[in-house]
Amino acid sequence: MPGSLPVLNRQAVEYAMAVGIAANCDISNDCRFDRKNYFYPDNPQNYQISQLYAPLCTDGSVEIKTQEGKKEIRIHEIHLEEDAGKLVHDEQTGTSLVDYNRSGVPLIEIVSEPDMRSAEEVIAYLEKLRLMIQYLGASDCKLNEGSMRADVNLSVRVVGTKELGMRTEMKNLNSFKAIARAIEGERARQVELLEEGKPVIQETRRWDDNIGTSYAMRSKEDAKDYRYFPEPDLPPLRISAEWVKEVKARQPELREEKLVRYQKEFGLPAYDAGILTGDKKFADLFEATTALCGRHKKVSNWIMVETIRLLKECGMAPDELSFSPENFARLVVLADSGTITSTVAKEVFELIFRDDIDPERYVKEHGLATVNDEDALYNAVRQVLRDNQKPVEDYHNGKEKAIGFLVGQTMKAMRGKANTELVNRILREELQKDENM
Amino acid sequence: MDLMGLTAVELGRKIRRKEVTAEEAVLAALDAIEKREKKVHSFVSVLDREAVLERAAKVQRQIDEGSLMHPLAGVPMAVKDNLCTKGILTTCASGILYNFVPTYTAEAVRRLEEAGAVLIGKTNMDEFSMGSTTETSAYGATRNPWNTAHVPGGSSGGSCAAVAAEECSFALGSDTGGSIRQPSAFCGVTGIKPTYGTVSRYGLIAYASSLDQVGPVAKDVTDCVVVLETIASYDSKDSTSAFRKDCRFSEALQDEVKGMRIGIPHGYLGEGLDKEVREAVLHAADMLKEKGAIAEEFELNLASYAVPAYYVIACAEASSNLARFDGVKYGYRTKEYEGLHQMYKKSRSEGFGPEVKRRILLGSFVLSSGYYDAYYLKALRTKALIKKEFDKAFLKYDVLLGPAAPTTAPKLGAFFSDPVKMYLSDIYTVSVNLAGLPGISVPCGTDRNGLPIGVQLVGDCFQEKNIIRAAYALEQTRGYRRSPLCGEGGAGDEQNI
Amino acid sequence: MKLPNLRAEQEETEAEQTTPKATISDETIEAVAVLAKLEINTEEREQAKKDMEEMLAYIDRLNELDTDGIEPMFSVFQTENVFREDIVVNGDGSEAALANAPEKKNGCFQVPKTIA
Repeated sequence: MPGSLPVLNRQAVEYAMAVGIAANCDISNDCRFDRKNYFYPDNPQNYQISQLYAPLCTDGSVEIKTQEGKKEIRIHEIHLEEDAGKLVHDEQTGTSLVDYNRSGVPLIEIVSEPDMRSAEEVIAYLEKLRLMIQYLGASDCKLNEGSMRADVNLSVRVVGTKELGMRTEMKNLNSFKAIARAIEGERARQVELLEEGKPVIQETRRWDDNIGTSYAMRSKEDAKDYRYFPEPDLPPLRISAEWVKEVKARQPELREEKLVRYQKEFGLPAYDAGILTGDKKFADLFEATTALCGRHKKVSNWIMVETIRLLKECGMAPDELSFSPENFARLVVLADSGTITSTVAKEVFELIFRDDIDPERYVKEHGLATVNDEDALYNAVRQVLRDNQKPVEDYHNGKEKAIGFLVGQTMKAMRGKANTELVNRILREELQKDENM
Repeated sequence: MDLMGLTAVELGRKIRRKEVTAEEAVLAALDAIEKREKKVHSFVSVLDREAVLERAAKVQRQIDEGSLMHPLAGVPMAVKDNLCTKGILTTCASGILYNFVPTYTAEAVRRLEEAGAVLIGKTNMDEFSMGSTTETSAYGATRNPWNTAHVPGGSSGGSCAAVAAEECSFALGSDTGGSIRQPSAFCGVTGIKPTYGTVSRYGLIAYASSLDQVGPVAKDVTDCVVVLETIASYDSKDSTSAFRKDCRFSEALQDEVKGMRIGIPHGYLGEGLDKEVREAVLHAADMLKEKGAIAEEFELNLASYAVPAYYVIACAEASSNLARFDGVKYGYRTKEYEGLHQMYKKSRSEGFGPEVKRRILLGSFVLSSGYYDAYYLKALRTKALIKKEFDKAFLKYDVLLGPAAPTTAPKLGAFFSDPVKMYLSDIYTVSVNLAGLPGISVPCGTDRNGLPIGVQLVGDCFQEKNIIRAAYALEQTRGYRRSPLCGEGGAGDEQNI
Repeated sequence: MKLPNLRAEQEETEAEQTTPKATISDETIEAVAVLAKLEINTEEREQAKKDMEEMLAYIDRLNELDTDGIEPMFSVFQTENVFREDIVVNGDGSEAALANAPEKKNGCFQVPKTIA
């Protein structure tokens, strides 16, 4: 709207500082905002408020791990800017439709140095940033929803040469897979160009993941002279050492710290700790649940096995988990204390996963508690022995295995609720009696 | 009763005393518009009679209930057409906004409406405030009520002419390089450009964000001060809004300047200044001296660099601020086009007038790669030097006194041939915007053709009270003089306040 | 797109002229028009060049001033760190935002196709 004015969101600044601190950046105490001027319908003002001359964070780095080991990726700067609107192309009318709902929303742009050498490194770097930012709570970092986006600048060079080649910038990358594909595609395109003796032109290209190719977005009318100048509508931003200290002090525990602590404090295997901290949702769930019920290894198992299995089955992402740590903790206790059998526990967990039911209530209402009543079990066992003459005979003829079948039949008769140990003991006793008769 | 001959404060007092109703007051304004608008063309749009009356009736009820006691309650006002008014056409006098109806109201206007002032129309202006004569308006030039062959000045020429033609009791203008003070001088009315940040810019369609300020235009200093007190306020919606502890400007409405230190920039009296203007301005200084002020000339060396620096900065910001007018979200879109970029180019080329295009081109140029340092940063460095020089001057003086414009109002068309000449007419006013200072223009005489002359008083940042006191004292020596267009006395008809 | 360097185009037009006069070439004015999204036809071009040359010649007066070591002044006052909290206060203005749209569809602004 003409006449409207920008006001800086304090929370956005603090998130940007938090990311900068986590990425080992220097936090500038004297920053400003600049206008980047260009005509494109995704920006209602035809300029974007950004930071060119005095960005918030500079000179950072993060460590990534790949098959080849650890590597440091340097970060040139992190700056704050406003998001643009969304463009949808309307095939029906051959026009484009602009939705400004997202425009003006603060975002941070993290500019890396040209330190990555493969798609694997790029993905590792992005995964690293994503986890870090998720842990900081600054963004949910979903590529498919646009809350994390990556433009890939890529160049190739002859093996052994020092100087980097001419680079291109790739946009419209909506998943890690698309990024990996785009990197491979662009690498191949540039190599082919150079092998044909043609130069690589510095340009912005749009990746089309459906057809697996990119095309140049440049047009004669897109003069790339952004005419940056200081944003007169926003006063400068000064960040005192105290403020940085405050943000630092509030900094939540990040993945690396959790990874170590889970092993040290809870005695979890490195493998478990790796999976639990590999997604903030898992780590949050783990911590909230164990805060209620302890039993760290048990909770970890439930997350690593049943939760991940169900997520896969349902085609869901971890952040779509919606059950409460309270119900989860109750279930872990019910199972661990033997109140319900593991068979029942798995069934009940599915219900928690789906509808976040209260397992205690459910077990009570449906009479699912483990049956420890020996009389009931004797009766059940005797019935099973009567109905299964053949396996009983087999057993007496020395086929020890047959007892497994009989246990199964008894459990079935008890609808999975029987205390397995008791069933085993009683079965043996009864079979013994048979022999003695 | 000649309601429109009253000052806003006088009219407001009569309304509060139930001698006049708000409806009668706004009807008087609408009648005056009907009578004089053909001659002056102060307005881009005048509100519906019914809508105005309905609003006035509502204000009257609040007055009757005792819930509205503001001095401006029921008083008809006009607002420059670059201030957004909800549901009311707002064009910036540009073809590109020919049909733009804002969905919100500018903060300054909202505060006045809250006080009970009744909006009667949107005043004409130079297109996007780019001009010094109100001739660059897409809706035709406004004429000077003192002589309709002459321009009213600009860019808030419509607001100043409407006040001088008594079509409203007061008006809001905006001042980026003199756009309130210069037309106030040309139209024989009083206008204040407050310290940058005093009045919220929220809802003011920006020309040059770092220089724009909204301010009052009225018959006298008292009216201006009452309006300013109403609109001056910290606004969290404007990040450049200043938090001021003391906005009780009316405390300075005292005929008392004894010991006040007044500096007259020597350079402001030299080459290019009309002789009659010079005499009238010096006479004003003498009047203040007679009342006990201490006035002397001093050197303000950098004044002449203010205009080029101003044009670089203002055009640079404008080139960016006006980029949003592109035929996508509001306003004019060209009828035939092939593709996005042609749509942009044609809409903008057809929608903007020549002066706006000229400034957008210059602004785009000075920001483009290779020229940013040489022009834009150079201008910002000049601005720093100018600010420093003012800081130094205000160690010695409470108020700086000089002309508001080098001449009286020129004839229509006189500036059109020569843009640089037009830019030079801002020579005494632009430095005040660069340094963010408050300035006021008060009538101080007329030339041999009966055209008004204004004296400009400039204060240090946040020191409005000094210039208000000086302006008020000066006004007491002379009184408000009505424009010849407004009946009986005309020029020379003195009226005591 | 880079604009041709103005400095290289400076020339002494008249022998007696002491300050060099900026010359704006066709290319420059066209490049600027592309940036500004303004259409300049051939007749307008000469006038636009002349206008800009005159204004720049006037602006070049700033070169008389020694500004070495002077920091560019971005804002006049020392105000800094003006924030709002992370709370939505202005509600959903999407309908209002679209009220003035020259062309719209499905709650969006409609523009000519942006991609090929």
